[in-house]
Amino acid sequence: MAIANDKIKSLLTEQFGESLTHWEEPYGMLTFTAPRDMNLKVLNFLYDTPELAFRFMTDLTGIHYPDKKGEEFCVVYHLHNLVENVRIRMKIYTAAERPDVYTATGLFSAANWMERETYDFYGINFVGHPDLKRVLNVDEMDYFPMRKEYPLEDQTRVDKDDEMFGR
Amino acid sequence: MFEEVGTTDTGDLIINVGPQHPATHGVLHLIITLNGEVIKKVEPHLGYIHRSIEKMCESLSYRQFIYVTSRMDYLSSHINNHGCAMVVEKAMQIEIPPRAQVIRVLMDELTRIASHVLWWGALAMDVGALTPFFHAFRERELINSIMEETCGARLTMNYMVPGGVMFDLHPHFQHRVKEFISEFRSKIDEYDEMVTDNAIFKARTVGVGILSKEDAISFGCSGPTARGSGVSCDIRKLYPYEVYNQLEFEEPLETAGDTYARYLVRMRELRQSLSIVEQLVDNIPEGEFQAKTKAVLKLPKGEFYSRIETARGEFGVFIVSDGGSTPYRIKFRSPGFSNLNTLDQISRGHKIGDLVAIMGSLDLVIPDIDR
Repeated sequence: MAIANDKIKSLLTEQFGESLTHWEEPYGMLTFTAPRDMNLKVLNFLYDTPELAFRFMTDLTGIHYPDKKGEEFCVVYHLHNLVENVRIRMKIYTAAERPDVYTATGLFSAANWMERETYDFYGINFVGHPDLKRVLNVDEMDYFPMRKEYPLEDQTRVDKDDEMFGR
Repeated sequence: MFEEVGTTDTGDLIINVGPQHPATHGVLHLIITLNGEVIKKVEPHLGYIHRSIEKMCESLSYRQFIYVTSRMDYLSSHINNHGCAMVVEKAMQIEIPPRAQVIRVLMDELTRIASHVLWWGALAMDVGALTPFFHAFRERELINSIMEETCGARLTMNYMVPGGVMFDLHPHFQHRVKEFISEFRSKIDEYDEMVTDNAIFKARTVGVGILSKEDAISFGCSGPTARGSGVSCDIRKLYPYEVYNQLEFEEPLETAGDTYARYLVRMRELRQSLSIVEQLVDNIPEGEFQAKTKAVLKLPKGEFYSRIETARGEFGVFIVSDGGSTPYRIKFRSPGFSNLNTLDQISRGHKIGDLVAIMGSLDLVIPDIDR
């Protein structure tokens, strides 16, 4: 029988108290928000505690919320416990002025490229990453294309007729 | 990056493989540090066909974005479409008709067979046997014709839509699939005879590129790559979707973790997929093939994650919705990205000739990795 979400939640609150917030359970996946500088502690706890053992990093990604002051960037971790078959989602928020987040490469080798990808698209600086450089875009690029301030198409172009594109 | 060609201070040779190289099966660029013939380091450079599909999807509606995903893993386009349709259905709580569920599973498994068959031919070609490649294409053609009849396409299917499938099955579908099953059953035995027990093939693959179970988990590997190392991770078993929980099939596992183990897993998966198709082809329920949905789909505010087992592993779709008609943020978790990440680890210490066999066994599709 899989470990229940209530159990995970109580283990986490026991360890970290009130610092973990925004508990949700959309479609059965336990979701919570951790403070930015505590992400590694929480990940370590999730990884090492025998009952939890979240050792498979499914996904790591970034989200940009330009309107949220002080919480412009969100980093989302999707973890999976392969033995009990439970999934969990952890979010941390960081400010655009100093988008520094501790790296998870020490725990998950998968985080290496996923963090490089998140840096590539959002410019989130993963502190302690062994080789933080662009992975999908060219090295010479000097902006972070998935940020919301960059529109999909160059707005100054006049040669693209909307009618031709069915818009 | 080409100035990196040459020798290092310690006398190691640095060479480039790709981006245009037949053994990489796409535009993948590897910078390899060699000590004589022995690999010391492999550094993959990605992104040669990066199209920023995720950014594109942010301006497409929930009906439109599914078509772009066919262009990612073009060998499992049905399954990509399926995964995306599933996340929209989950978020909007659309119940899809039983007929559509069975059609989807049938198409998924036929796709898996086609993909694995092509991989089998390509891997054999990588290690120097050209004939299997032609055999593989002959059988893949049969599946492609079946797909073409029903979907009208051979590669980028765009057949699965939120609510079901786009058209009903072609009247010949069942007949053609049954023909294919009887033909393909003997072909798998032929494949085994040709390659599986071949002494030369075994010499090239057994004990080469060993991925330990711990590494497979740590690197986030999924699909046959992880199952070759003994990690049970089949989404069809862990989180059954559509009708998979009513079907009888097993998840092949090997423990050796080498290139040959990954090969065996895929060969056994071929038989499993064929048995799934056989179980379903005579049991397609009558009824609607598509649920009634609104013309404009608007997902409720929130975050949605759905996963599906493609021929390469776990394909995840993560949608952040702000309640509008286009996604606020969409992230595709491609299986190949994590699987390729292991390449440096598993190829160190092997000869450069083994690298193509290792890469072949990871079953890379570059557009899926670059997105």
